[in-house]
Amino acid sequence: MKQKLKSYNAQTYIAYALIAPAAIYIILIVAWPLLETIRLSFTNSSLAGEDYVGLENYQKMFSSKKFNGIVSRTFIWMFFSVSLKLIIGLIGAVLLNANLKGRSIFRVLVMPPWVVPIAIGMLGWLWLYNGYFGIIAGVGMRTGILDGPFGFLAYKQSAFISTIIADVWVGTPMVTVFFLAAMQGVPRDLYEAAYCDGASRWDRFFKITLPQITPVIITMSLLSAIWTFNSFEIIWILTEGGPRGATTTLIIDTYKQALGNYKFGRGAARAVVVMILLMLFAGFYLALLARINRKISHG
Amino acid sequence: MIFILLPFVEMFYASLRPLDHLFRSPYQFYSDDLSFWAYREMWNTVPMLPRYIFNSFFLASVTSIITLLFVIPAAYAYARFKFPFKNSSLYILLAINMFSGAVLLIPLYKVLRTFGLLNTYQAMIVPGVAFLIPTSIWLLKSYFAKIPIDLEEAAFVDGASRVQILRHIIAPLSTPGLVVVGIYAFIGSYAQQFLFAITFNQKKEYMPIPSGLYEFIGYTTVKWNEMMAASLVGIAPVLIIFLFLQKYIVAGLTSGAVKN
Repeated sequence: MKQKLKSYNAQTYIAYALIAPAAIYIILIVAWPLLETIRLSFTNSSLAGEDYVGLENYQKMFSSKKFNGIVSRTFIWMFFSVSLKLIIGLIGAVLLNANLKGRSIFRVLVMPPWVVPIAIGMLGWLWLYNGYFGIIAGVGMRTGILDGPFGFLAYKQSAFISTIIADVWVGTPMVTVFFLAAMQGVPRDLYEAAYCDGASRWDRFFKITLPQITPVIITMSLLSAIWTFNSFEIIWILTEGGPRGATTTLIIDTYKQALGNYKFGRGAARAVVVMILLMLFAGFYLALLARINRKISHG
Repeated sequence: MIFILLPFVEMFYASLRPLDHLFRSPYQFYSDDLSFWAYREMWNTVPMLPRYIFNSFFLASVTSIITLLFVIPAAYAYARFKFPFKNSSLYILLAINMFSGAVLLIPLYKVLRTFGLLNTYQAMIVPGVAFLIPTSIWLLKSYFAKIPIDLEEAAFVDGASRVQILRHIIAPLSTPGLVVVGIYAFIGSYAQQFLFAITFNQKKEYMPIPSGLYEFIGYTTVKWNEMMAASLVGIAPVLIIFLFLQKYIVAGLTSGAVKN
């Protein structure tokens, strides 16, 4: 009987056969294009054809002031967006975790921005930001903060801030939900013990909740950094990277070069930079995840 | 909370107001004649709207079914078998999730162009499936792993064949998991219908709702009330599905990503 069981569990070739379709699909649609992108970055590929040009694309790219501006802008955009998401997400999770009336309804109500197709949500924001008739400009004019119509997406600085706010709107629910899940995983008796010892609300939060969910906070900040870095639709719909490049991040620039101008070679060089940065992020994330898992399994 | 819901409320409110009230200066908060007029009129203003809605549903359904076909066997293998590279390949899957589709667009665009597949449904489905496979495998794997292996082994020892085990034990027990993963894939592919759609498809007949409506903002003076009405119609189906099943979906996703 044991032997028979062994034959049931130990047939690796069956496992490989079961995984093969998905693996081949991923290789064809994800892995191959990645390698091809690297190859294209050394050519001047366009709709007309391609020639090998060596490092020209990279040299041009790194010596251009505009590109360096885009890289630093991407990181500034990312920094503000991710920090806001984490702070608001943490506050939101604490509130949702508290014993308030109707919290189960609120828990559901925080999620829509996450589920709704981003592109459609952005159409709504486009209307909110409308300088003449949007509600934000409207409130501003009524209260006298603005002395006239103001197109939030028409000026460099306000467009930059506006895209960050919209991005935070999209990203916060997910962060909140994950924080909430982590908080609910904190053992109850820790709180009860602290309560008996007379710890205040703040103490309980800073000495128990926060340390307990730190691993999740770290993973979420990395994950959210990756997603924010990749964010395309939000900026594209709101501003297409404008006005005058004020909201052009690396992803937007890559897209514009490659599919706006059909300069595949130059676009590919930018895509390679994006890839390298993403791989660094992903490496951090996976290393972290492996460490956390080890910790959990070792108690 | 207000921050999260305000856009939806304002979208809905705007969709109820007559257009000339929206475009009134100085800004007005109130309209006295709210109506669902925009919801009727939008079908005339955006003549392709029914088609966009159909496309969105069609694309999302096909994408999620294909995803499931690839994912079910793979997830089963990950949940049940031990084999070399098991863990490392699982991590690679996680890493794939972190790549934006934007990085892969160039080669995909060239290939699709060469095969004359630009401006077809396939052009949007094929890359869409690739980005749903990784998370779906992770999700479904955890569902399969919950089915006690003893059940299968007992049946096997009693002489059941693999196919019989699959049909009588695994299929019925994993139905809830399959439903959740299917819905995840559906919502996911419904939501991702923008980047690939605006890049690989210029034909109006094949556009899903997001890119169809986006197209509309570009030209003509935008009739915002109808635009908002149409957007809300586009949002409604996912929201409804989600509201009914949010408990399962959230539980599945958070356990997969946080606790691994």
